[in-house]
Amino acid sequence: MIKDLGKWVDDRLPVSRFWNAHLAKYYVPHNFNFWYYFGSLLLVVFVLQIVTGIWLTMSYKPSAENAFASVEYIMRDVEWGWLLRYMHSTGASFFFIAVYLHIFRGMMYGSYKKPRELIWIFGVLILLVLMAEAFMGYLLPWGQMSYWGAQVIISLFSSVPVIGPDLALWVRGDYVVSDATLNRFFALHVIALPLVLLFLIGGHIMALHEVGSNNPDGVEIKENKDNTGKPVDGIPFHPYYTVKDLFGLGVFMFIFAVVLFYWPDGGGLFLEHPNFTPADPLKTPEHIAPVWYFAPHYAILRAIPDKFLGVVAMVAAILILFVLPWLDRNRTRSIRYRSTAFKVNLFAFAAAFIGLGYLGTQAPTALGTLASQILSAVYFGFFVAVFFISRRERTQPVPERLQ
Amino acid sequence: MADSPSNPARRRFLTGAATAVGAVGVGFAAVPFLSSFQPSAKAQAAGAPVDMNIGKLAPGQMTTVAWRGKPVYVVNRTDRMLDSLSEIEDRLSDPHSKVASQQPEFATNLYRARKEHERYLVIVGLCTHLGCAPTYRPEVAPDDLGDDWRGGFFCPCHGSKFDLSGRVYKGVPAPTNLVVPQYVYITDEIIRVGGTEEDLA
Repeated sequence: MIKDLGKWVDDRLPVSRFWNAHLAKYYVPHNFNFWYYFGSLLLVVFVLQIVTGIWLTMSYKPSAENAFASVEYIMRDVEWGWLLRYMHSTGASFFFIAVYLHIFRGMMYGSYKKPRELIWIFGVLILLVLMAEAFMGYLLPWGQMSYWGAQVIISLFSSVPVIGPDLALWVRGDYVVSDATLNRFFALHVIALPLVLLFLIGGHIMALHEVGSNNPDGVEIKENKDNTGKPVDGIPFHPYYTVKDLFGLGVFMFIFAVVLFYWPDGGGLFLEHPNFTPADPLKTPEHIAPVWYFAPHYAILRAIPDKFLGVVAMVAAILILFVLPWLDRNRTRSIRYRSTAFKVNLFAFAAAFIGLGYLGTQAPTALGTLASQILSAVYFGFFVAVFFISRRERTQPVPERLQ
Repeated sequence: MADSPSNPARRRFLTGAATAVGAVGVGFAAVPFLSSFQPSAKAQAAGAPVDMNIGKLAPGQMTTVAWRGKPVYVVNRTDRMLDSLSEIEDRLSDPHSKVASQQPEFATNLYRARKEHERYLVIVGLCTHLGCAPTYRPEVAPDDLGDDWRGGFFCPCHGSKFDLSGRVYKGVPAPTNLVVPQYVYITDEIIRVGGTEEDLA
């Protein structure tokens, strides 16, 4: 009976074909390690954000007059509202933790290299849209940090020569950050950008499944097939990796729950303390800092003592990722077989990113600015160095098969 | 559609022309969507002037009033403060208020204020870098701002510094002096922020 129904549907909709193509008969390398959890985790976090977000909109009021109070109403009076809100706000931080680790995985194992450039480009686009999504979401509680953070970031647009001030006005829809700004950010945050993200994630995964996954050895498993056409070093995604990813999800959810229940504001990193005060357009908080996941870019902005060039550097810090597949001219993918110079360069980059993240959350000092300038140079230096290192790099021989 | 049209040049022309006309149509259709992001008529109308009484502002003190949603600072400067203005000009980017967009004509002087009330500074309290509200730091040579600080405004966001006329220091992220709004004195004690000479008639 069930079987007949299944066949009836299958004759009309390619359900089992889809299942086989993307799960049961989708072959992936058998040597995925810890770093390969984050892709599937991101998908789960994305769904979690969508679901908790939908529930939050049921009680949230997108107006300058009521927004702050409605968030407090959710926290105090709505049944389990505090949990939904903390899941959403903590979820945003975990989204970025997973995204940054996922990107670093790609850089370590050369997952951006031919033929996976387009997957990488989709990924950077997702990062950009995700940042916009997080930024707009942060305005919605209409706290002090929401307000002044938005004021600072929207003012970035005004530094564009000639059209800048008009552009900032257009983004705000008013002469200051106001009700109009809040209302449009709400629309973009809950409808427009999630739709764009969904589309981009679809493209990311379709492009991935077209060429197949890279792996920690950087060996192309499609080049070694048995006589039935299956890669000898491949295993079907389902059940092997569905089970592995479920295990990873369990560990992730354990950590997520600990933070959610015992440390929901992340000590001021996930939810900043001034944001528990309603927005006051006449007074900037003593110390204004972005949420941790924007801090590295913010530190780069502050490092440069020129308004427009600072913005250019900050934007370039993200956009330069787009061309990484062409800056790295070495064919060897995995860091396992690459030169010491490359390894040092990559880890210096990661350290600079973390260092900038720390500096971006601190109040501006002369020493901090100098440190930000040095680390910004290391950050951009990575891309310059990779271009030259990769030209005549002494790599170790890459094995024919997975190790 | 046939695989090989009988007149490929004509087909190409028609396809191109239809695409071009379609693109123009999309362009026109985008206008209402993009224009709706502009400030609404209501937002544009909300720029009414505000009156404030400065009679009780003690020397050296600052007060804040909201005008068009922006903070406007009014400082009653002491003689010591006024004297300090000419001492530090070599450390400022635009000591003579040359950038016309930053103040009305009447404020292009050392005090960046109306001549007859030069003691009172009236400025929009938003940093010209990224729009934070700078804090009023009137003290001389505090620990965090250095020995050569003669009082002024310090932006907590990115460390921009301004003197007691709202003039920007060199080597800070803010590119220009703080904005002096249009204002008039209705009486010696009442300032109308956003008001012009026409209000006096």
